[in-house]
Amino acid sequence: MKFTKSDLKELFIRGPLGLTIFSTILGFSIGAIVLAIAGFNPAEAYWAIIRGIFSKPKYMSYVIIYATPLIITGLSVAFALRTGLFNIGAEGQFIVGAMTAAMAGYYFQLPMIIHVPLCILLAMSAAAVWGGLAGYIKARFGVHEVISTIMLNWIAFYLSNWSLTIKSFGKQGTGKSYMIQETARIDLFGQWKITEAGIDFIRSHKILGDVLKSPVNIGILVALLLAFLVWYILNKTTLGYELRAVGFNPDAAEYGGINVKKSMVTSMAIAGGLAGAAGALQVMGVGHKIAKLAIMEGYGFDGIAVALIGNNTGPGSVFAGLLFGGLKYGGSKIQDAVGAPTEVINIVVGTIILFIAMPKFIQLVLRFKKG
Amino acid sequence: MSGITKKFGDFTANQNINLTVHRGEVHALLGENGAGKTTLMNVLYGLYKPTEGTIKVNGKPLQVSDPNVAIANGIGMVHQHFMLVDPFTVTENIILGNEPTKTFGVLDLQRAEEEVRQLSQTYGLHVEATAKIQDLSVGSQQRVEILKTLYRGAQILILDEPTAVLTPQEIQELANIIRNLTKAGKSIIIITHKLNEIKQVADYCTIIRRGAHIDTVQVNEVSEDDLAAKMVGREVSFKVAKKQRERGDKVLEIRGLEVEDSRGITAVNGLDLDLYQGEILGIAGIDGNGQKELIEALTGLTKVRSGVVKVRDKEVTNRTPGEMINKHRVAHIPEDRQKRGLIFEFDIAENMVLEKYNVPPFSRWFTLLWDKIYQNADLLVKKFDIRPQDSRVLARALSGGNQQKMIIAREVSNDPELLIAAQPTRGLDVGAIEYVHQSLVEQRDAGKGVLLISFELDEIINVSDRIAVIYEGEIVGILDAEGVDEKSVGLMMAGGSA
Ligand SMILES: Nc1ncnc2c1ncn2[C@@H]1O[C@H](COP(=O)(O)OP(=O)(O)OP(=O)(O)O)[C@@H](O)[C@H]1O
Ligand SMILES: [Mg+2]
Repeated sequence: MKFTKSDLKELFIRGPLGLTIFSTILGFSIGAIVLAIAGFNPAEAYWAIIRGIFSKPKYMSYVIIYATPLIITGLSVAFALRTGLFNIGAEGQFIVGAMTAAMAGYYFQLPMIIHVPLCILLAMSAAAVWGGLAGYIKARFGVHEVISTIMLNWIAFYLSNWSLTIKSFGKQGTGKSYMIQETARIDLFGQWKITEAGIDFIRSHKILGDVLKSPVNIGILVALLLAFLVWYILNKTTLGYELRAVGFNPDAAEYGGINVKKSMVTSMAIAGGLAGAAGALQVMGVGHKIAKLAIMEGYGFDGIAVALIGNNTGPGSVFAGLLFGGLKYGGSKIQDAVGAPTEVINIVVGTIILFIAMPKFIQLVLRFKKG
Repeated sequence: MSGITKKFGDFTANQNINLTVHRGEVHALLGENGAGKTTLMNVLYGLYKPTEGTIKVNGKPLQVSDPNVAIANGIGMVHQHFMLVDPFTVTENIILGNEPTKTFGVLDLQRAEEEVRQLSQTYGLHVEATAKIQDLSVGSQQRVEILKTLYRGAQILILDEPTAVLTPQEIQELANIIRNLTKAGKSIIIITHKLNEIKQVADYCTIIRRGAHIDTVQVNEVSEDDLAAKMVGREVSFKVAKKQRERGDKVLEIRGLEVEDSRGITAVNGLDLDLYQGEILGIAGIDGNGQKELIEALTGLTKVRSGVVKVRDKEVTNRTPGEMINKHRVAHIPEDRQKRGLIFEFDIAENMVLEKYNVPPFSRWFTLLWDKIYQNADLLVKKFDIRPQDSRVLARALSGGNQQKMIIAREVSNDPELLIAAQPTRGLDVGAIEYVHQSLVEQRDAGKGVLLISFELDEIINVSDRIAVIYEGEIVGILDAEGVDEKSVGLMMAGGSA
């Protein structure tokens, strides 16, 4: 697990990174063709994305805010995949985490220093149970995790909507929950921003003030910490060794004395906890409440693409999440710049991501077919 | 092929090799594990691009850039691991990628089946054209692979270790098939580690050592000993040297053991057995008489239906594999090294700690101590001469023989009470076989109990102190290996009485 120079060469030229770079270029090229066919200038549109991301500090801070949940759901999917499990359930685990954090954030009245970590931990635990359940069902009854997690996604979906009918939690008639306490919010300077001093500061400080115009929060720091933890667990701990061994070759893992079934449950529980953290941070840093879901929001599903693009590693998920977040946010700027309708933009962004993730996805499907 | 050199990074797998094969000839490739035989054949079949050298087919220079070029020029290859689609029928597999069609591109399965039948009759390759691959024995699957190459018009057939997975009887059938093929003017290149097979079927033999071409000889002019010496570069002893040794305490006691196979059919049926310290007990028997289930029961990989297993007087029936390894010190060289024995995507060092990654000195507080893990592997790689001598190489990149050495190194270094060796020399060259046998004897001399399971009677008689014959899940006789009569053991293996 140490890198030499030739390993790096291998990684870039023939290895996963080379493939990613190649397919990224391909994705952007096909996206350009789509734009051209729809009658828009691709160069202008891509330039709009770049400007839309980098021209103002506020924009960059928005990209990070967009990327944060994607990084973490990406970590969730990546972690399970390393044990050979396909966690399509990140979506449901995200919902469970968000709901739990919204409840803990609203019902408890605690000092911030306790309230924030408590909310995150409770959300992670609830989502870990949600994910672990899928692992348990597989270990105990042999039901494939893809099937059980899809079902658990729907259960989480309706559970979350149902929770809003609880009188003390959901603001009846609005389809939203009550706002969480100030002490459970992780926005930076959220209160201070709307005081006179805050408004003054934002006016007078160009860069920092601009950043503060976006809902900056400490979520990205938690995401980076989690990415580090995932990397550490997988590469530095005995648990990581077990999970990777099971992922590569369960028969050999069993032969070596590793409890394969337990590993499945553990891996799915950790993956669930990660996705739950994403849901919690989204509530605590951006929304401050949950709302009735009409459709699945897709954070968990996007996590699949992030994991694939990031080659199922901690650091990879961070980069892929930022790329994904950048495209999502920057893509929305095409509309103003060249007047392309949202539908065309979504097709272009979707195409780019599809192309980047597709080779990995094909590899994954082949692996599952073989096993 | 002339002047073929193939490098993987800095490592030279083939160094300036020449190989000439004539029409209607059987040419054997002989060399130690990791000598570069498979690599050379992959170059010929277009799977690897040679770093240097040229290939000529029928006198014409040829750029074999991929297997399609090889196939179009009449070269066919049967790999060490088969590449068939399990749920498909024999015919479907054979025509895959080359389907005969009626007008409008409709698949003409009937014509295909007829052609397959014809081919299999001509060369004595008996398989049912409509059977599904998953229902066939290994030997039949191999015949399907050969048929596939013939269907695509192969004139030169490459067979990579075809006999390693066959029973003695199937090997005889294969020899007949090879004879039929050469009579029809086909040429065969065969890789095998078994010298008697080379003597039996081959006309010429090319010997490769550490990637270099050593010699090409006419087989009827040399003896098996000559071949072995050329290949290893020294004299090889086929007899195992063993000192007399007194046996010690009982290591393993099995009473009335009953185990079901994966389909729920009784495979081990009331088996009794004792094994003592300082002895090698060989289990002789034909494949499928309960050996696999016995091993799995002893290692905790499967549950026992009834009966008692004791290791060093402690009852260990139905323990987990982890307990058997760490608490009761049972080491196991598995029969299927690809499936059980190693993790392809792990490097040598990671594989070496498969059973002890979670104990000191390799971890502390749930944290892996990578330095220690690599030190351990560096040591074992040297001591057991595993090539390449680099702990960071993935297990996937090792030749079959070196993979086996790695497993043996790991199991022996676990310092077991009981060592279970299942088919430990399958696919190994004679030098490596000698080495494995010596390792087993060393374990015995160090006072361990060694249980050897092999389908090769020679090996059992040669290495064991005592021989237990297994038949239909029972031990039908126990003999002293000293001066045993091969015929009577063979008879007992087939269910007759001695
Ligand atoms: N793809 C690869 N990358 C790096 N090294 C390789 C690769 N394939 C083979 N090698 C190395 O080349 C050498 C020759 O391997 P090869 O598989 O040709 O041996 P072999 O003669 O067929 O041995 P065996 O009898 O054990 O099958 C080995 O040392 C192996 O580790
Ligand atoms: Mg080989």
